[in-house]
Amino acid sequence: MQSTPSVRSPSRRLVLSRSAALVGAGTASLLLPQIARAQSGKVRVGFMLPYTGTYAQLGVAIENGVRMAIAEKGGKLGGREIEWFKVDDESEPSKGVENANKLVQRDKVDVLIGTVHSGVQMGIHKVARESGVLNIIPNAGVLPVTRALCAPNVFRASFTNSQPTLALGKPMMERGLKKAVWITWKYAAGDDALEGFKESYTKAGGTIVKELAVPFPNVEFQALLTEIAALKPDAVACFFAGGGAAKFMKDYAAAGLHDKIPLWGSGFLTEGTLEAAGAAAEGVMSTLHYADSLDTPRNKQFRSAYAQQFKMQPDVYAVQGYDSGQLLVAGAAAVKGDLASKAALYKAIESTVVDSPRGKWTMSKAHNPIQDIYLRKVEKGDNVVVGVAAKALADSGAGCKLT
Amino acid sequence: MERGTTPVAGPSPFHGVPWHGLLRGLLTRRFGNTRFSSQRPRPVDLANFLIQLLNSVQYGLLLFMLAAGLTLIFGIMGVVNLAHGSFYMLGAYLAYALSAQLGSFTAAIVVGTGLSVVFGLALERLLFRHFYQREHLDQVLLTFGLIYIFEESRSLLWGDDVHGVPVPPLLTGSLPLTDTLSYPVYRLFMMAICVALAVGLYLLIGKTRLGMKIRAGAFNRDMTESLGINIKLIHALVFAIGVALATVAGMIAAPVSSVYPNMGASVLIMCFVVVTIGGIGSVRGALIAALLVGLVDTFGKVLLPQVSSMGVYMLMAAVLLWKPEGLFKS
Repeated sequence: MQSTPSVRSPSRRLVLSRSAALVGAGTASLLLPQIARAQSGKVRVGFMLPYTGTYAQLGVAIENGVRMAIAEKGGKLGGREIEWFKVDDESEPSKGVENANKLVQRDKVDVLIGTVHSGVQMGIHKVARESGVLNIIPNAGVLPVTRALCAPNVFRASFTNSQPTLALGKPMMERGLKKAVWITWKYAAGDDALEGFKESYTKAGGTIVKELAVPFPNVEFQALLTEIAALKPDAVACFFAGGGAAKFMKDYAAAGLHDKIPLWGSGFLTEGTLEAAGAAAEGVMSTLHYADSLDTPRNKQFRSAYAQQFKMQPDVYAVQGYDSGQLLVAGAAAVKGDLASKAALYKAIESTVVDSPRGKWTMSKAHNPIQDIYLRKVEKGDNVVVGVAAKALADSGAGCKLT
Repeated sequence: MERGTTPVAGPSPFHGVPWHGLLRGLLTRRFGNTRFSSQRPRPVDLANFLIQLLNSVQYGLLLFMLAAGLTLIFGIMGVVNLAHGSFYMLGAYLAYALSAQLGSFTAAIVVGTGLSVVFGLALERLLFRHFYQREHLDQVLLTFGLIYIFEESRSLLWGDDVHGVPVPPLLTGSLPLTDTLSYPVYRLFMMAICVALAVGLYLLIGKTRLGMKIRAGAFNRDMTESLGINIKLIHALVFAIGVALATVAGMIAAPVSSVYPNMGASVLIMCFVVVTIGGIGSVRGALIAALLVGLVDTFGKVLLPQVSSMGVYMLMAAVLLWKPEGLFKS
């Protein structure tokens, strides 16, 4: 509701330094044509991830995952040594293009791995499409990147924002939950999640009684919770993440709805939020392409190796980073380290079957994972896998012309 | 389905009450066949209506705490204070930092209130005092600059992360109101604090000697001064009260709203809406306007979620068309 005017309009100094950087970047690219990137010496791998701010931990988990996947295959790409580059994107969309150009123009990376925030991803995407640099997305699920704006050099190793909720409808209907209220933050990722839920739930025969939304990142849910109690739906489905997700589950319980109306959601509702939400999260059902507790030898082996190496438990973001690394290893191996032979490189990445801790997955035509989505239930502060909510689920890729 | 003509099923305790028919008419007739068609109209039952009313009042009272300070500072000293939202943010961050430090939310509120009064007095003495006689544009420049300074200091002190503030254990429970809905005790506590402060403010301004001086100072500054009343002290006090009200609002709101960067900005806009509707400088107007805004916002969110973000501004536009100087001109 309150349209927050940005108090942080750029200062003059910032504007000046940015234009200087842009001019600098522009001239640098004129003076140093493609030859400078000739394939001798080391492969240049750039990370563009959030290393400060709310998403800092996600950035670290992703980088760990990538490095681990490459180290497992001898620490080289197609036989060549690696030189690493890092840029902190601060999850700041307004610096997306500038930061991506730092890696692409200044550091001349062969591959750019990034990022977490969907808004920043659009900046990277612009640069990737214009420069043709190989981009592997370890998280951001923003739809256009693998739909109407898809590109041959851009691959995603995570999910689209509507993919988890695309698996939500069927298991809800199977449990006799025929009428549901949808609630989310009113912003792009929330709208995308609703798209997935609407499609799967109505196709399965369910009715969305009402769609509710709070402005992002507002966490005042009281009026809407009252409305939910009055509507008495069979279930509530939602998309929230991070601190707001924990707050929502707590308020949901405080409003007395926890034991009366089952709460379902996109899996990010219960990722990294269970400790904060405590008892309020018990019994919450969610769908996601991974669960820490996934009981497969592959996942167990990954988890223990990761924990041993980095002295912390891996999460879904570490898995996505790990798979990004695996994609890169497979692609580079197929072209024997010659990342300049793009057609062969892309073909190799497209046809890779990734043996992921989340289960095997393949690349869709639009370069997004075709993967199983799991149904999880929170039990004793842990996401316990109840079953597979959808097998080999693909995003529609609507509008993508890649074949 | 003939939704437009069939009466809503079931006995309604509000049969014949105009607002009920109004709401129903709005839902069924106006939007019945457009994009609202998937969202069936349903009888507005009494319990639910009353609870939403409670939500509106609670939001309205919180807004009043903020707007009261803003309107007082403007009405009495003539200062447009754009940094008012920052005091709200400051309060929320104080609640977060102090309750972690002191281990008690109550202690945090007490200490925080003390700090905010000191902060208000210092700010008045060092900056605002020199701007009372200057143009509004100068004041806007000063207070707009202060927003940046406060935001940056907040970033340096507490970082840019979103934080939660736990509800004190004594107030964590919920009261069951209907068979599906319970009401968190903490929200009732918030309301009680707001009501107490509103009553206190009313008594202070309307019934005490100090209040009389404040009103006199607002009415005619020079005359008041010539009667031997220390107007500078009065101004300093009023300013500190305004700052403290906003800070306390931020502190008690912290457990339900979370604590995050820039949280003052959206609240500031709502405050100005309230002050504009209520009539600039009028505390009573601010109260009525805050409750109105609370009502429109809450019921707008629930009844017309697609256009809810416009509701409050439409209210403001309507009031200004009807009474260009707000409901109560002081």
